[in-house]
Amino acid sequence: MKEQKTNSAAASELNVVPFKTRVRPYLIVAPALIITIGIMIPFVMSIYFSLTSYSFRMPVYKFVGLNNWVTTLQSSTFWQALWVTVRYAFFSTVIEMLLGLGVAMMLNNLNNKFSKILRVALIFPLMVAPITATIIWQLMLNNSVGIVEKFLNIFGVYNFPWAAGASTAMLTVVMIDVWINTSFCMLLVLAGLQSLPKSPFESAKIDGGSPWFNFVNLTLPMLKPSLYIALLFRLMAALQEYAVIFGLTKGGPGNTLMNLSLTAYQTGFHFQKFGAALPYILVLWLFINLVAKQIVKRQRAAQRQALGLEE
Amino acid sequence: MKKRVLSVLLSTAMVATMLTGFTASADEGSDFDWKAYDGTTINVAFNEHNYSKAVIEKLPEFEELTGIHVEYSSTPEANYFDVLNVSLSSRSGNPDVFMTGAYQVWEYSTAGYMEPLDDYINDPTKTAPDYNFDDFIPAVVGALRWDMVPGHAVGEGSQWALPMGWEMNNLAYNKRVFEEKGIAVPTTTDELLQAATDLQEFAGSGSYGIALRGTRDWATIHPGYMSLFATWGAQDFAIEDGKLVCKLDSPEAIAMTDYWVQLIKAGGSPQWSTYTWYEAGSDLGAGKAAMLFDATCNGYFQNYPADASAEAGNLAWTTIPLPEGKTEADMKANVWVWSMAMNADSKNKDAAWYFLQYFTSPDYMQWAGTEGASPDTPRQSVMDSDEYKEVVGASEGYLEAIEALAPNATIQFTPQPYFFECTTEWAAVLQDLVLTDTYSSTEEAMQQLKANLDTVVSDLVVE
Repeated sequence: MKEQKTNSAAASELNVVPFKTRVRPYLIVAPALIITIGIMIPFVMSIYFSLTSYSFRMPVYKFVGLNNWVTTLQSSTFWQALWVTVRYAFFSTVIEMLLGLGVAMMLNNLNNKFSKILRVALIFPLMVAPITATIIWQLMLNNSVGIVEKFLNIFGVYNFPWAAGASTAMLTVVMIDVWINTSFCMLLVLAGLQSLPKSPFESAKIDGGSPWFNFVNLTLPMLKPSLYIALLFRLMAALQEYAVIFGLTKGGPGNTLMNLSLTAYQTGFHFQKFGAALPYILVLWLFINLVAKQIVKRQRAAQRQALGLEE
Repeated sequence: MKKRVLSVLLSTAMVATMLTGFTASADEGSDFDWKAYDGTTINVAFNEHNYSKAVIEKLPEFEELTGIHVEYSSTPEANYFDVLNVSLSSRSGNPDVFMTGAYQVWEYSTAGYMEPLDDYINDPTKTAPDYNFDDFIPAVVGALRWDMVPGHAVGEGSQWALPMGWEMNNLAYNKRVFEEKGIAVPTTTDELLQAATDLQEFAGSGSYGIALRGTRDWATIHPGYMSLFATWGAQDFAIEDGKLVCKLDSPEAIAMTDYWVQLIKAGGSPQWSTYTWYEAGSDLGAGKAAMLFDATCNGYFQNYPADASAEAGNLAWTTIPLPEGKTEADMKANVWVWSMAMNADSKNKDAAWYFLQYFTSPDYMQWAGTEGASPDTPRQSVMDSDEYKEVVGASEGYLEAIEALAPNATIQFTPQPYFFECTTEWAAVLQDLVLTDTYSSTEEAMQQLKANLDTVVSDLVVE
């Protein structure tokens, strides 16, 4: 009996997991947990303040429930801003993706000294802060001293309104965005192109596949994961766009370029109505979240397809 | 003999000591010492402007006199107040001193960002005996005094800031171009519209009749537009039953706005909607615009000194062109006062006050008004000085225009804390009227704007 008890105590002693071992999983998770909390605090705070009358102007604020949300969603300003946001993001992202794909394919096919020089030169715009790029373009588009105006004069076009015209303002800001960010798409697509396996292309060559056939049936399906990554980053940034529009027109003429970011900034910092500004930002965040989830879902499917894991 | 000499020497020494002591105590009688805050560092936020450039030029002298070290930032006007709003709302006390305007007083004072200056001005231990506060032109310094009640006029309440310079708004023109084209200087709004139309492309493509500000913010409304708006007999708000009621749908407001839209379309810059103070002024100086309806000093900075711009020396000034049925007595120039205020959260308030008083003192203002190229001095003694009259009077029509406009010149806006929100909406509607088909008529636009602004100010109660 005594021997049985001693054996049982020894067994339970052996079953005791050391403290270090027990804590280890928590320690591994801790940094991620801290970062998650750090990320979530501003979100939770912004949701809370969107339910208040918080303003820089008044030290005391009160809880107003869904008042800010109802006012925002009922105002024509919000829907106009959402429409501008979507249009801007659509035009800039589509053009950047197409140009980025085209330039990347050209550089991939060239693969000589010239293409290496081009690769370096083409990423210059990415190294310039968007607001600086906007100021450079503002000077270039100036009707008095701008080089673009001088160029257009050759073709008999004078005083093109650019950002000053209601019908040309969107074109102008999208053009600047394309100048800055096309190289980003190009870099991602080029990296994707260079990582493609060579054997399918060699087989297609032996079978006499045309370049178009190769592009549609080989390049594009295998490149899809990279294209989705480029699309994800560019679309998210374009939906949040602020610097180019603010630097060029502050959202004008009229409300032509007032997107969600600018409207939120104006309401929060310029009019100092912080509580009223937050629904704009939170709706934008929700919208980007939904769009991003869809793109990530498709990217994963494309990746599985490219690896031959699914048809 | 020796004793007599000794007693004389002693007596002399005693008298000398007494006299020295008396003189010293007389000096100390003022109890003011420029070195009182030696070693302190203060931060100053400037808007990019000739007034701030003049202050920056004299900073070494201030630092040498006081031993106070000054750190500063200078931000272009388009972003200055947004940057300042964020700094002040952080309540960190940085900047200690900031450049501001009279309209900002209505927002910043009610938010508790501004330190009232009366106690500093009236304290002889803190203010130099020769400061002479009463020398400020009453209308100018009064524009920075307010009782914080929405709808109440400026001039009563605490002194929230001190003026660096004031600007009225009137018509500046290029006399060389007018002479060459044989066009008379416009005195009525009809003549102004005709001249702006006739001067379109006066020097080929890219040149135009009249430079006006057009960005989507308050800065578009307050200069030429507001001056003509008030001269036309229109007003922004009225107090009715203890509430502010927007009056932008009045016949005068609609007629004036309609005229302004015609003026921009007929003779304005093709890039008008992106024009700030800088573009409007520099186009006049570059010979690209024939006229400028803006702040008095905006054109002046293009005319003086002689190398200021391509058209320096060719620019001249007149008053405000009059609408039909109005006389010179109806001219109402809107006033803008660039000024400096103290952050209520500053940790170095006394040193900040030394900075404020030094750069608004009679000596500094005399220099700024003449050599410092800051023509719209807020001090009467400077305006009366021969040196000022000689320097500023060299610009044709400048002093005459100020003299004619000064009697009715004041802030034409109704003081209220939603000033920036209201004027931004106003500017957006003006841009829509000039550039889009959003509204079928000016009347429709102004009626809709009135409804929007009534909502914006609906929570204000006028006591």
